[in-house]
Amino acid sequence: MTFADAMARYAPVLGLETHVELGTASKMFCGCSTKFGAPPNTHVCPTCLGLPGSLPVTNETAIRFTVMIGLALQCEIAPWCRFARKNYFYPDMPKDFQISQYDEPLCTDGHLDVVVAGEAFRVEIERVHLEEDTGKTLHVGGATGRIHGATHSLVDYNRAGIPLVEIVTKPVAGTGAAAPEVARAYVTELRELLRTLGVSDVRMEQGSLRCDVNTSLMPVGATAYGTRTETKNVNSLRSVERAVRSEIERQAGLLDAGRRIVQETRHWHEDSGTTSAGRSKEQAEDYRYFPEPDLVPLAPTREWVEQLRAGLPELPAARRRRLADELGASAAELAAMGNAGVLGLVADTAAAGAPAAEARNFWLGYLLQKANEAGLDDPAELAITPAQVARVIVLVAAGILTATLARQVIDGVLAGEGDPDDVVATRGLQAVSDTDELGAAVDAAIDGQPAVAAKVRAGKVAAAGALVGAVMKATNGQANAAVVRQLILERLDGGG
Amino acid sequence: MTTATAGLTRLTASELAAALAAGEVSAAEATTAHLDRIATIDDRVGAFLHVDADGALAGARDVDDRRARGEALGPLAGVPLACKDVLTQRGVPTTAGSKILEGWRPPYDATVVARLRAGGVVILGKTNMDEFAMGSSTENSAYHPTHNPWDLDRVPGGSSGGSAAAVAAFEAPLAVGTDTGGSIRQPAALCGLVGVKPTYGGVSRYGLIAFSSSLDQAGPFARTVEDAALLHAVIAGHDPLDSTSIDAPVPPVVAAARRHDVAGMRVGVVRELAGEGYQSGVEQRFREAVDLLGRLGATVVEVSCPHFGYALPAYYLIAPSECSSNLARFDAMRYGLRVGDDGVAGVEEVMSATRAAGFGAEVKRRIILGTYALSSGYYDAYYGQAQKVRTLISRDFAAAYEQVDVLVSPTTPTTAFRLGERVDDPLAMYLADLATIPANLDGGAAMSLPCGVSPADGLPVGLQIMAPALADDRLYRVGGALEAAYVEQWGGPLATKGPPL
Ligand SMILES: [Zn+2]
Repeated sequence: MTFADAMARYAPVLGLETHVELGTASKMFCGCSTKFGAPPNTHVCPTCLGLPGSLPVTNETAIRFTVMIGLALQCEIAPWCRFARKNYFYPDMPKDFQISQYDEPLCTDGHLDVVVAGEAFRVEIERVHLEEDTGKTLHVGGATGRIHGATHSLVDYNRAGIPLVEIVTKPVAGTGAAAPEVARAYVTELRELLRTLGVSDVRMEQGSLRCDVNTSLMPVGATAYGTRTETKNVNSLRSVERAVRSEIERQAGLLDAGRRIVQETRHWHEDSGTTSAGRSKEQAEDYRYFPEPDLVPLAPTREWVEQLRAGLPELPAARRRRLADELGASAAELAAMGNAGVLGLVADTAAAGAPAAEARNFWLGYLLQKANEAGLDDPAELAITPAQVARVIVLVAAGILTATLARQVIDGVLAGEGDPDDVVATRGLQAVSDTDELGAAVDAAIDGQPAVAAKVRAGKVAAAGALVGAVMKATNGQANAAVVRQLILERLDGGG
Repeated sequence: MTTATAGLTRLTASELAAALAAGEVSAAEATTAHLDRIATIDDRVGAFLHVDADGALAGARDVDDRRARGEALGPLAGVPLACKDVLTQRGVPTTAGSKILEGWRPPYDATVVARLRAGGVVILGKTNMDEFAMGSSTENSAYHPTHNPWDLDRVPGGSSGGSAAAVAAFEAPLAVGTDTGGSIRQPAALCGLVGVKPTYGGVSRYGLIAFSSSLDQAGPFARTVEDAALLHAVIAGHDPLDSTSIDAPVPPVVAAARRHDVAGMRVGVVRELAGEGYQSGVEQRFREAVDLLGRLGATVVEVSCPHFGYALPAYYLIAPSECSSNLARFDAMRYGLRVGDDGVAGVEEVMSATRAAGFGAEVKRRIILGTYALSSGYYDAYYGQAQKVRTLISRDFAAAYEQVDVLVSPTTPTTAFRLGERVDDPLAMYLADLATIPANLDGGAAMSLPCGVSPADGLPVGLQIMAPALADDRLYRVGGALEAAYVEQWGGPLATKGPPL
């Protein structure tokens, strides 16, 4: 069933569970490093390996980061709460229980506002809690690293015990057909928020931000939610949107055929853009939660929480409002920059000396195109700084670069050839402003288009653009367009 | 063995430490004397699971070298000690009395072990215990039973039975045990020793293989109150590696042990822990101890702790619940036993087969009990209710300590029972800890002090002394004063009055 057909008959309800690896230097309950990419099982100790006799000690920074996240999401901060043990057997869980939080989360009842196509949606936050990550299992010998067909499995415990914050929304209803975009906008906004707080590097491709999306459908006009599925392994912003869309279409097809939705985990496949059935959740696993006896309760004082609140950086929503004023952008321009994730970059580029409009054009234009080509979810990951972009814009304004040359300079910076001035120098990309050098090309253009020349002579100055274009083409874009224009107008002036 | 070195094993830790400090004997000689004693008698006692002769001698020689260089050494430097096999010791086999950990050599020291080493205490080896500290006779050891040096046909108590037997058999002047529901005090009582469960959080649990995290506590065994205090002072104190460790100074236990004076102290006899259910010989020695306290100048009153009657059932929900989670990690994946890994079986099959083969019956019984008590739909009725009982018991203690400085009771209902007598009757075995469990649930400090032998069977009887959290020094003050009076009566500590092996 198509998405439009599905939306004509069903109203989607979403729920998002986001796991965020905190950017602390050490793990949640031991002193091991959290650095990504180390050789397997080198960042381990008795505690994060769960050796007999080892004990956890809470990472204070992780508590602080979690409270900051809660505050930024307008949550209540619990004055007293405990960790709990979630008991289940799995080889990548060293203790065969996970230290998590159960009925006493650190933060509850917040919200995050997002805008999709000019419409605001409020996503209510149910809870923000802190837990430890598991290790990673690698299945060897089978196809595509899956357990089926594997001859053996290897476990890397470097990740075991890295502090993980889980942010759970309340059911998000009333989005209608905007559901996929709302899901994406929520994760985008959350990622921006977490990055602004400096609590995580929020890299979806490295798994430091992982998203599970719950989706259910109910008939349009109904109030009772349908059976939901939980889609896991959604590892990019684009996938969040696609996964919701795909799952809505699948569920609508089943419901239309008179079949029921099975409550289950579904795995997202990036390549096919579809989900496949995983573990059934109809018989809930009994995790036998109980308060973690090896840790003392957390009791963040009011004063400390208020101190953290006062110290929060400017949050993305407030920053956008401020930048909109500063950049003099219209609502539509603002939305375009927000959706593309370049607002901060534009602002920083403007702050580095570029006119705001030019900064916006560069980021929404050539740079966004480059980010898409590189498969980057976030243009900020491009290997160019706002200051470098500002320098390119200044060089264009000064007539040293043409628009074409500016793109080549950006390519050079992205290719690691240094700052814009270095690229200009090494690639020899100066625009040609020498009137002697350009004279012949100007003459050729006038000779080549006598009708246009006549119009200009008759006072239709705007017609000169076609001649400028011809010169630019003839010089492979290296000519300084302003100089060319002046030369043309001089030659065609006063019926000469 | 020369007579001179044989005599070294009869010394108290305090006497031996003085001889070492005076240069009359070397740590190597003292260690050799105890290793010789172990070699001679331990096949009959069965106190040890592993004797680390090389490590002990190396440690002793190191202490001798440091002393020769004039370094400042701790009060127990060079004194040998036996350590319960539930504390990790780097490179030394550590089994917790279970087949599932057979052959495991920990890569790290428990904080207690690290402090012993730092204090120059020589660790002779690892002592036998009920598997994962679950039991009251040491018959649940997966390896072999331990025999009570007072009567080799009887149990030494448990779960720290190996540590108790080692000290009672003069294989070591000191031992470390752990106490979750009485596992130091009950074997101390049955073997005629001083045994102390410090305040919960007083001694670090880092490296203590957990049975029940909210109850486990390591503590000393010794033949005298002063020796116990000296060891207590070495192993206690705040440890940043244990979140439940109390950040407060160690109570002045050694000074309290040496004070020998209880004049003006208020002693409460717990009504609910006296009277019915105790052997007459136990009851008699207990009453005499209470009378003696009065004669020594203490004020003795009876106090009521109405909820103590619920302590045993609450304990048998809380401890198994925690153990069901704590023992989950023994899954054949990272260390210890692995059964059924034939290259075909899946991970869950290997986990199941290993746990089925590696755990003994009592451990399985408690894991099943705890798994059930924590299950969805049963949690509130079992674990939740047990926690409420725990709160009520703590309130009983708090109310009692408003009237008195310490509480007393018999440590155990009976003297040492015969090996095999209770193995098929878990409930009878559980009753051995009736009087000791409340202090674990509360978290306060408690001691078992020898108060004579039962006239009926000539076996030791223990007096339990309990004190509020962080008032461990009161145990030693009362214990020290009583012991001084007993030594006058008996001509020496009770531990020296046992039959020769
Ligand atoms: Zn670690």
